[in-house]
Amino acid sequence: MLLHLLRRPFFWIITAVVAGFVLIPALGNDVEMRESLLLAALYITLASNLNLMLGYAGYINFGSIVFFGLGGYVCVWLVNAHAWPLWLSLLAAGTSVSALALFFGLGILRLRGAFFALSTIGIVEAVQAFVQNFEPWGGSAGIYLSSSIFQPLGGPSRALWVIYFLMVAVMGLSLYLSYAIKISKFGLGLLAIGQNEDAAAILGVPTPLYKALIYSASAFLPAITGGLYFFKSAFIQPSDAFDLSLSTEALVVAMLGGQGTVSGVALGAYLYEELRGYLLTSDTFSHFQLVVAGVLLLVIVLFFPSGLMGFIHSRFPRSQKVLE
Amino acid sequence: MFGILASIIDGVLVGLVYGLAAMGLTLIWGVMDVINLTHGAMIVAGMFGLYLLVSGLGIPPYLALPPVLIGGFFVGVALYWIAVHRMVGRPPLMSLLSTFAVNLVLIGVGTAVWGTALFNVAVSLPGISINRYTFPGAHILAAVLAAVIAGALYLFLHRTRLGKAVRAVANNREAAELVGIPTTRVLALSVGFGVALAGVSGVLIGTLFPFTVLSGDGYQLKGFVVTVLGGFGNPVGALLGGVALGLLEGAITPFVPVSWTLVIEFVLFVLVLIAFPGGVFARRGSM
Amino acid sequence: MTAILEVDKVSKRFGGLQAVRELSFNMRQGEILGLIGPNGAGKSTLFNLINGVFMPDTGRITFNGTDITGQKPYRVARAGLARTHQIVQPLTNMTVLENCTVGACFGRENLPLAQARDAARDAIAAAGLDDRASMLAIHLTIAGKKRLELARALAARPVLLLLDEVLAGLNPTEVEHMIGVIRRIRARGISILIIEHLMQAIMSLSDRIVVLNFGEKLAEGQPAEVAQHPQVIEAYLGDPKLAAELHGGAAKSGA
Repeated sequence: MLLHLLRRPFFWIITAVVAGFVLIPALGNDVEMRESLLLAALYITLASNLNLMLGYAGYINFGSIVFFGLGGYVCVWLVNAHAWPLWLSLLAAGTSVSALALFFGLGILRLRGAFFALSTIGIVEAVQAFVQNFEPWGGSAGIYLSSSIFQPLGGPSRALWVIYFLMVAVMGLSLYLSYAIKISKFGLGLLAIGQNEDAAAILGVPTPLYKALIYSASAFLPAITGGLYFFKSAFIQPSDAFDLSLSTEALVVAMLGGQGTVSGVALGAYLYEELRGYLLTSDTFSHFQLVVAGVLLLVIVLFFPSGLMGFIHSRFPRSQKVLE
Repeated sequence: MFGILASIIDGVLVGLVYGLAAMGLTLIWGVMDVINLTHGAMIVAGMFGLYLLVSGLGIPPYLALPPVLIGGFFVGVALYWIAVHRMVGRPPLMSLLSTFAVNLVLIGVGTAVWGTALFNVAVSLPGISINRYTFPGAHILAAVLAAVIAGALYLFLHRTRLGKAVRAVANNREAAELVGIPTTRVLALSVGFGVALAGVSGVLIGTLFPFTVLSGDGYQLKGFVVTVLGGFGNPVGALLGGVALGLLEGAITPFVPVSWTLVIEFVLFVLVLIAFPGGVFARRGSM
Repeated sequence: MTAILEVDKVSKRFGGLQAVRELSFNMRQGEILGLIGPNGAGKSTLFNLINGVFMPDTGRITFNGTDITGQKPYRVARAGLARTHQIVQPLTNMTVLENCTVGACFGRENLPLAQARDAARDAIAAAGLDDRASMLAIHLTIAGKKRLELARALAARPVLLLLDEVLAGLNPTEVEHMIGVIRRIRARGISILIIEHLMQAIMSLSDRIVVLNFGEKLAEGQPAEVAQHPQVIEAYLGDPKLAAELHGGAAKSGA
C-alpha cells in the first residue's frame, strides 16, 4: 500500500502542502501566520474526516463536533487530573472516542440517510447534557488547566509551536488517510455504499461493518484535534466543546470544496477559513458567520452540488488524475 | 399519586400542541419526501410573531393565529421555491442540506437581532381546578385549538378537491401528474400549509412557555419523534403521536430534571427507528 | 447431479397479499432453469427471498449445501450467488469498470483491488461493453445498463446467477447477443436461474422450466412438457399469442 501511495502524484501534493504549513511560519518565526494556519489546519482536519462519512459513504453527520468535544475533554482531563503527558493523553483521546463512536455507530448506523443525520444531532445534545451533569469533568463550569501544563513542552511560547506542528501533523495524517482509503478496496466499497447502499449490499459489500468502521475512523483524528485545541486554550466547557456551529462549518466546507474529493475539502477549508477571518474582523455580530455559511451551503446545494473540485474537474478533465 | 396523574393529564394537553407542531413537518415529509429542517425556525417565527403582535400592536394573544397562519403560508410557498423546488426528485439528503442551509440563515439572522434572550408572552386565563391541582386555562385552550386545527386539516385533506390532490401527489407524484394534477403548485401549497402549521403551533407554544430564538430545535426534535410514532403525512397520527409524547413527558417530568427530557426523547427517537426502520406505520412493505 | 439450489416450502406474505406460497423446487448444478409466470406471480419476490433482501415467513433455502435462509444479501453474495435486477441498479456516478470492480472485489473470490480490476475487465468483455469501460454508468443507454448489470454480476465469479428480465427493453439484435452471452456463461459452468417474459427466448434457453402463478408452483419440467400443460395454457389463455409462443419456443428447444 505504501509503495502504491508513493507512486501517485497526489501523495506528493499533500506532502508539499504539509511542508508548506510547517516551513512558512517557522522560517519567518511568524506567530500571526501560524495562528491563522492553525485554524486552517483545524478546518481541514475536521472537514476531511467528515468527508469520510459524507463523500465516501454518503452519510451526513451533522454532529461531528461530538468527537472533537469528547476528545478535548478526555485529553484535558487526563492532563489535569492524572498528570499524563500530552502525547499519551492525545492518543488516549483518539482511541477512546473512536471506540465510543464504534459503539454508538453500531446503533445509529442502522438508520438510513436522513434519520441517521438527525440522530447525529441528537447525540450531540445527549452527550452535552451528560457532560453538563458530570462532576468529574467539571459539570457545566468545565475544566481549567493551570499554566504549568506548558512546562514539559518548554514553556508557553515554545509549547504553542509544538502544538502547531502537532496540529499540522494531524492535518497531514487526515489528508493521507482520506486518500489512502479512497484508493483502497475499502474505499471502493464505501463509494458503492454512497451510490446505492442496497445494490452495494447485494454485490457483497459488508455494509454494516464498513459503515461502522468508517464512522469510527472519522472520529479518531478529530478527537485528537479537539485534545490539541482545548489543551492550547487551557480551558474547556460544554458549550464550547459541543458547539454545533463548528461541525456545521465543517459540513459547509466539505460541500464547498467538493464532497468525496480530498483536495477539494482541503481547498474549501482554507478558503472558508480566510473568508471567516475576514468576516470576523469586519462584523461584530457573532452569529453572522453562520448566515454566510448558510447562504454558501444553499448556493452550493442548489447550483454546484459537486463543489469547487467538481467544477474544476469538469472544466479541466485532466486535473482529475492529479487532484483527487 | 394524583400529582402524577395531573402531570400526565397536563402532558396530554400539551401533547396535543406537540402534535400540531409535528403536523407541518409530517405533511411536507409525507407529500414530497422532504425533511424540512427549517421547521424549528418556523415554529420560532410563530413565537416571535405572537410576541411582536401582542407587545407591538397590543393584539390579544389568540388573535395572532390568523395573521401567523396566513403569513406562514406565504413564507412556506417562498421556502418551496427557494430551497425545495430543485430538490424534488433528488436524493432526500440534498433537501436535508438545502433546508438546513436556510435554517442556518434564519437562526443566524434571528440571533443577530434578538440574541439569546428569553421572551415571554403573558397569557392569563382561568384554569380548571381539581383538588389542589390547577390545569392552566392556557393549556386547555391551546389543546382545544390544536385539536380544532388538526380536525380542519383532516377535513381539508379528505373532503376537499385540493386536499385530495395533495394526497394524490403524496401517494404517487408521477401518476398524479399524468392525471392532470398541477403537481408543482400542489407541492408549493403543501409546503405553504406545512410552514403555516409550524407558525401556528409556535403561537400556541408561545402562550404556554417562554422561548428564545434557539427554542425551535427542541420542538423540532419533538416533531420528529411524533412523526416517527404517528406516521408520515398523517395528521391524525401526528395528533395521536403528540399525545403519546405528551403522556410520556407528563409521566417522567416529576422524576427527571428538565435538561434530560430532550435526551430521553432523542433516545426514544433512535430506538423506535431501530425497531421500525420506516417509522411505526411504515408505508412500504418490507425492507 | 448435485443440487445447487434447493427451495423448500418457502412462503412470503406482504400485508394482505400472499406473494409466495409453499414454493418448492430444486435446481441442478450447471443447468439453466427458467422461471415464468404472469405478472405478479411472485417471481421477483422469489429472487428477493433467495438473495436475502426479504426474509421468508416459512421454508428453507439451501445454496450449494449451505442453509442461506434469511441471510443478509452480502453474505449470500460472498457465498457465490449473484443477481441482476429487473429495474437496473447501476452505481450511477462510477464508471463501468468501477462498477464491475466492486462486483469482483466483494464477490465469491473476495479479490484484492488489482486482481478485481482484471476480473472486471473479463466480465466487461464477456458482456460486450469493452468500448464503454470508462464511461460513467449514468451515461449508458438502457441496453448498456442491462449489460452492465450482467457484467457486474459476472465479475463476482458467481456459482449461481439470478437473471431478472435481463432481456426486457432490448431490440431483437440485442436480445440475440444477450442470449449468446448467457449461453457462454453457462458454458463456463455457472448455473443460471432466469426470469423472463420473452417466451421464445426463455423456452429455447432453459433446460427446465418452473411456472409460477399467484405465488404457487403451477408446473415444472422440460419446456415442451410445460408448454403442453393444461393449467399453464389456461393461465396464459388470456393471451393466445403468448400461448402460441409457448408452443413455438418449446418446439425450438427440441421437443
